[in-house]
Amino acid sequence: MSSVAVSKKKGFGAVLWDYLTTVDHKKLGVMYLFAGVLFFAIAGFEALLMRIQLMVPNNDFISAGLFNELLTMHGTTMLFLAATPLLFGFMNAIVPLQIGARDVAFPFLNSLGFWLFFLGAIFMHLSFFMGGAPDAGWTSYASLSLYSPGHGIDFYVLGLQISGAGTLISGINFIVTIITMRAPGMTFMRMPLFTWTTLISSSLILFAFPPLTVGLFFMLVDRMFGANFFDHTMGGNTIIWEHLFWIFGHPEVYILVLPAFGLFSEIIPVFARKRLFGYSSMVFATILIGFLGFMVWAHHMFTVGMGPTANAIFAIATMAIAVPTGMKVFNWILTIWGGSIKVTVPMLYALGFIPSFVAGGVTGVMMATAPLDYQLHDSYFIVAHFHYVIVGGIVTAIFGSMHYYWPIMFNRTLSEKLGVLTFWVFFIGFHLTFFLQHFLGLMGMPRRVFTFQADQGWDLFNYISSIGAIMMAVGVVLLVINVLLSIKTPPVNRRDYWGDGRSLEWSIQLPVPFYNFKQTPLVRGFDPCWLEKQEGNKEMMTYAEPLGDIHMPNNSILPLIMSIGLFIAAFGALYHPDGVSWSVPVIVIGLGITVLAMITRSVKDDHGFHVHVEEVIATEERLYGKGGNK
Amino acid sequence: MMKGLKKWRLFSLLAVITVFLSACSGEDYISTLKPAGEVGQDQFDLLIFSISIMTLVVVVVSFLYLYAFAKFRRSKLGEKHMPKQVEGSHTLEIIWAVIPIVLLLILSVPTILSTYKFADVKAMDEVDEEGNKTALTVNVTAKLYWWEFEYPEQGIVTAQELVVPTGERVYFNLKAADVKHSFWIPAVGGKMDNNVENVNKFWLEFGKESEGLKDGVFYGKCAELCGPSHALMDFKVKTVERAEFDAWVASMQATEGQTASVDSTDLGEATFAQSCLGCHAVSGVGSTGAMGPNLATFADRNRVAGILEHNKENLESWIANPEEYKPGNLMTGKYSELSPEEISAVADYIMSLSVEK
Repeated sequence: MSSVAVSKKKGFGAVLWDYLTTVDHKKLGVMYLFAGVLFFAIAGFEALLMRIQLMVPNNDFISAGLFNELLTMHGTTMLFLAATPLLFGFMNAIVPLQIGARDVAFPFLNSLGFWLFFLGAIFMHLSFFMGGAPDAGWTSYASLSLYSPGHGIDFYVLGLQISGAGTLISGINFIVTIITMRAPGMTFMRMPLFTWTTLISSSLILFAFPPLTVGLFFMLVDRMFGANFFDHTMGGNTIIWEHLFWIFGHPEVYILVLPAFGLFSEIIPVFARKRLFGYSSMVFATILIGFLGFMVWAHHMFTVGMGPTANAIFAIATMAIAVPTGMKVFNWILTIWGGSIKVTVPMLYALGFIPSFVAGGVTGVMMATAPLDYQLHDSYFIVAHFHYVIVGGIVTAIFGSMHYYWPIMFNRTLSEKLGVLTFWVFFIGFHLTFFLQHFLGLMGMPRRVFTFQADQGWDLFNYISSIGAIMMAVGVVLLVINVLLSIKTPPVNRRDYWGDGRSLEWSIQLPVPFYNFKQTPLVRGFDPCWLEKQEGNKEMMTYAEPLGDIHMPNNSILPLIMSIGLFIAAFGALYHPDGVSWSVPVIVIGLGITVLAMITRSVKDDHGFHVHVEEVIATEERLYGKGGNK
Repeated sequence: MMKGLKKWRLFSLLAVITVFLSACSGEDYISTLKPAGEVGQDQFDLLIFSISIMTLVVVVVSFLYLYAFAKFRRSKLGEKHMPKQVEGSHTLEIIWAVIPIVLLLILSVPTILSTYKFADVKAMDEVDEEGNKTALTVNVTAKLYWWEFEYPEQGIVTAQELVVPTGERVYFNLKAADVKHSFWIPAVGGKMDNNVENVNKFWLEFGKESEGLKDGVFYGKCAELCGPSHALMDFKVKTVERAEFDAWVASMQATEGQTASVDSTDLGEATFAQSCLGCHAVSGVGSTGAMGPNLATFADRNRVAGILEHNKENLESWIANPEEYKPGNLMTGKYSELSPEEISAVADYIMSLSVEK
């Protein structure tokens, strides 16, 4: 229905409608990517403002209250609304191609997940224009968030609830897709590492988001109806929030970093021209990290007063995670050992990632040492630590993968030259910003401070750190310029853009047709693209079926309508505690819209459509010229 | 020429490292890298121990990584070079699983020992033959942007500046009055949270007298985000010898019954009694729970409002408009507007409150 019929020049309205209604995993991947970049830019700008404020002691560039709003929105946005969608973008765009599927298992839900995330994110950001953003930190510890005046925290709670539902839906979708939609021959132990990490990280989403949902729900009813879950004067307990938050919050780190590991496990073998070293131990380590990730949440709470036994147990459990993570690092190094390393931009990010992430990892073990953590906790040391993990691990993966997968996603290329420049500016800026923050923490500087007094020995390092932040910002601007310039590059129009592609997605002739695979591929071993190339197969793919009709899902506007309904209802809920008369009607109308859309979806049968053989042949000719997919 | 350049390079590198290292250890009244006390020292030792292990790991990884990176470049091996496709190696995989486990086991021993050591507060309840507590206990109540220190056995209370004896374990009961805070004296030892719903107990030992430090005090910080003025929620710690501490306690106890009178001929005292006394006591005898910081020792303190330099001008500015210095504080608007003369007189009065002079 979509691409073939409207393949000629389309008007702006038609393109817009296509994107609003699409259920195509590739388009949703692009939408996740751009939404992620948008929020990444916003949150990065917030960070820049904070670093300018902290450049010199006793600065008054930003007021105390605004600074707390910025630090809260920076953390919340980066984790929930930037890193998550950026990684979802790659998962959407790449995982179905890697496993030889024509789409995800639930295309409709895929679209719903995106719109819930996007409207939840927009809702949260409207807080800046509607009386103040949340200001209790991204952790939103209960005593402070209940005390916080205005609607900031309500925006946080409702926005995260909506976008969190989207994330949960997408996670479930990936689990089902990877388990059920693999091409013939794509056994679990032949799955590329990115698919594996997507599967494990989606399973973590499945188990980690419900505790957050519960916590947010408690917070919501506390603030809306005075339910007193967290009000200690009424028998509530704020520590419960901390537990609920971190039972979610710690796995969240692995939800983000595992796909990043997966992306690097794709990039490194390709540019080392060598099979990933220790594939099965990589898979095992991924599963182990995912499992242990749920056993360690209380290491965020060593100073809460849980007692020495709990602290000691969680300290040891946390240290244990270093073992599978270390296995991964050694496997990557042994992959390039004896290989033939070509330093492209994606590889540059991978090579920069290894030492940065190791640095973040070892400080992690230091923080796991509970008695030492009493000093490091809530100081600038922890700020340095988690930025080494998140920027050094996740952001480098995202930037590297943008270069790596740009040809598949857009049939265009990002400039290598500009990419190298971007890498160095960003990478040096990153280390300049965060390396010295370790020492600031050790020298006694607490985190989340909007200013500091002069002459405590912190002036110089803060100044240098701020300069690093400006360099990082320049790096991001360069990346955006690179993206804009890529529009003008010639289309790639071939297979295996990097020349050493190994997994199935590189076997596909670019541009990828909307049905992905003309014929479902037959996977004959690990690294199928590499395997077929070694055997001299010019098409880089063996097929499991003859050419036939292809069944594809229909587009739908319903996911957007459902999400808009919740978006509207959230405003009613937000203003309900003020006692305004229209709050309940708005909640009812909003939820009504959502429920009506759900009923429509349920009663109206939608069996999708078939792309007939002739149409497939016509599409192939249009995309690749006479002779079709050769 | 080249040799000279190389030497110069080496020299400048050394100079940079020296400057860096000296800049890295921070100030002795606030840095965890210059520990003054048993807990801080143990934590510092643990820091050095864990850094050593971690440095070992980083060096090994970096060496393997840089060697592989330098040796196996395609630019050297040629475009056509086809590396051997290795699946993995069980031996190597076992080696790099076991070595980290051993390193972590080594690290976990002092971790567990110190965790229990720092949490050992049994001595809090120990009493001598006469039934008096043998150890000093301080109840710390964190309130929106200030700290209250109660000495329950001595029956005295102070604020913003903690006074403790050196060379013995001092025990703390930590509690928050409004939102969560965290009590941290970086140079003396790690932090612990002041929760709203329960009392946390821990101990610190103060290893040296604060007299010789830049301001004559150690710096204390709130380490948990608690609102707009979280960054300004500082306190100071004065550590003195036991005898001096006992003398201080005695002079604090001697302020019993001290108060300000509305009928005083002194404009400052009368205004204070009118506008301030409702929240701020001027006697050091009492218990926790005041609305505002106890001011019995104000003149002995180091800062106005925990952050401003200790002089009359700053005190006047603070009284005139606290919101400007600590946004979100609970003092703003609690008293009727004062005339400049009244403010000046009140400042004079407060600046006269001392137990040490």
